[in-house]
Amino acid sequence: MSMAPQTAHPPLPAARAGATEPAAPITAEAEASARQARKKNRLVALAFLAPFLVAFLLFVVWPMLHGFYLSFTNQSLTGAGGNFIGGGNYAEAFSDPKVWGSIRNTVWFTIISTVPLVIIAMAMALLVNTGLPGQWLWRLSFFMPFLLASTVISQIWSWLLDPEIGLANEVLQTLGFEPVAWLQTPHLDLISITIATVWWTVGFNFLLYLAALQNIPEVQYEAAAVDGASRWRQIRSITIPQLMPVTGVVFVLQILASLKLFDQAYQMLGGVSSDTSRPIVQYIFEAGFVGYEFGYAAAISYVFFALIVVVGIVQMTIVNRRKGE
Amino acid sequence: MTTATSVADVTDIKRQAKPGERRFGPARIAAFSVLLLMALTWLFPFFWAVVTSFKTEPDAASGRISLIGEGGISMQAYEKVLSEGNIYIWAWNSLWTSLVITVITVAISALAAYAFSRLHFRGRTTLFFAVIASIIVPPQVLIIPLYYEMLAFNLVDTPWGLILPQIVMAPIVLILKKFFDAVPIELEDAARVDGAGRLRVFLSVVLPLSRPILGAVSIFVFIQAWNNFLWPFIVLNDTLLMTLPVGLQTVMSAYGVEYAQVMAQAVLAALPLILVFLFFQRQIVQGVATTGFGGQ
Repeated sequence: MSMAPQTAHPPLPAARAGATEPAAPITAEAEASARQARKKNRLVALAFLAPFLVAFLLFVVWPMLHGFYLSFTNQSLTGAGGNFIGGGNYAEAFSDPKVWGSIRNTVWFTIISTVPLVIIAMAMALLVNTGLPGQWLWRLSFFMPFLLASTVISQIWSWLLDPEIGLANEVLQTLGFEPVAWLQTPHLDLISITIATVWWTVGFNFLLYLAALQNIPEVQYEAAAVDGASRWRQIRSITIPQLMPVTGVVFVLQILASLKLFDQAYQMLGGVSSDTSRPIVQYIFEAGFVGYEFGYAAAISYVFFALIVVVGIVQMTIVNRRKGE
Repeated sequence: MTTATSVADVTDIKRQAKPGERRFGPARIAAFSVLLLMALTWLFPFFWAVVTSFKTEPDAASGRISLIGEGGISMQAYEKVLSEGNIYIWAWNSLWTSLVITVITVAISALAAYAFSRLHFRGRTTLFFAVIASIIVPPQVLIIPLYYEMLAFNLVDTPWGLILPQIVMAPIVLILKKFFDAVPIELEDAARVDGAGRLRVFLSVVLPLSRPILGAVSIFVFIQAWNNFLWPFIVLNDTLLMTLPVGLQTVMSAYGVEYAQVMAQAVLAALPLILVFLFFQRQIVQGVATTGFGGQ
């Protein structure tokens, strides 16, 4: 069960660069040698940092800057265009109903997915934390879906929710109800995707809550019990208040994750692009790789990024104010 | 992303009954029932996928609710998927590219994290801040310029075009730096007095101490790479280069309503990760709980 094989890889390029350095001096005998040592320290640090920094510059920093530049051009995926057109793409984006529609869909999905993803996760963790037998089973059932690829969960849920022969509709019909086109009805489709998403990712929040619950000192419960507090009273007065910090964290992480909706929506809707369900990431994808308008897609990317940053800042402010109180 | 630095062992909840609580009270039985119901609900979609995968195609398409169709338990779907599809190639692509991504990511992150934790150089704080700040940048924002870059490097539709953009994971640097910060510096000083250079110290003192955390982050990088959809979907067009998630997606539409085959594929694709989870349950659960890493 040891994970040694994956851990002991000697880092490649820097290993060689660093190995040429002789041992660092331990005592600085004179000013000159101290300066020498500082210079050498810098070189050693650079050798350690170089591989990561090169990758960081190439695959994060440069794309960030270049994407920003592209958003001011009419660059096409076909290679045509590439002229600077000022804020034209942004002007177009702000008057494009598809941009506003996809932002609305994304925010709506974030709201209706975050609430159950926090509440159900907390309920699961509270129940599991009572120490009921079957710990292994609870963790397996709640967390396992989280580890699966979006493709796998999309296939399973597309099958369960198939309008003709899916299990959900067969059950409804057996009970005497009309079948429902879960993924083909405007507005309902996003709710169906929310259900699948809650099933898929709730296990992550569940584990965060479980860890927080384990950190509440047992003595507090003992003291409360001595004072005659009922179990329910203990949960209300000890557990829930102490879960507030982790609830803040779970909310922040969940909202940021939900805003990035793409995989499961795209796949469960079969790549269909509808104004009532298209998330903003899907619109970036469509503008860039279906419409070939790279400049415009880059501009929408930055609108999306602005949305993430604004939400992030608002959340930080709220969390910090809470801490201050 | 990093959250509270809790270290409680969530895989080891031994506490039986809380004070003021009976071992088998009605409340406990109610809690158990609710929990069991939730667990069965969560397991059900898996269960139904497996049931469907062992049906014949006509049975799956009949729409009748049954555990075993009229055609009995059938291996047809699996035989077809395994003999006709590209599932082996996709699984192999997923495996080797995810391993390469894991090795490179963990190696370069560990080196950088060590520099941020232990080495003194001008601009350290600024640089570290820049790396951490990049966590707020969603990968989705970068797909357009990254694709453009891969075009320029001639890496579109190649394994390296798939791999390289995935090797920068700032959260890993942060997690490892925090870990290195907590390693007692006396251990390293002792080795350095003996004349070992920084790299020697890193390789023979720090890394061995870091095995558990390196193992935990490796598992996460691997799972993330294995499951990644958007970037592989964009950068790969050649069917024979596709990873499992992207490849399966192409046949989901191609098979149409052949649900027994689609479910057989889903089960086969889920199997490796279910096995990884069963083997490393403790590390995975503990890793999520302590680092909060793995948010989708």
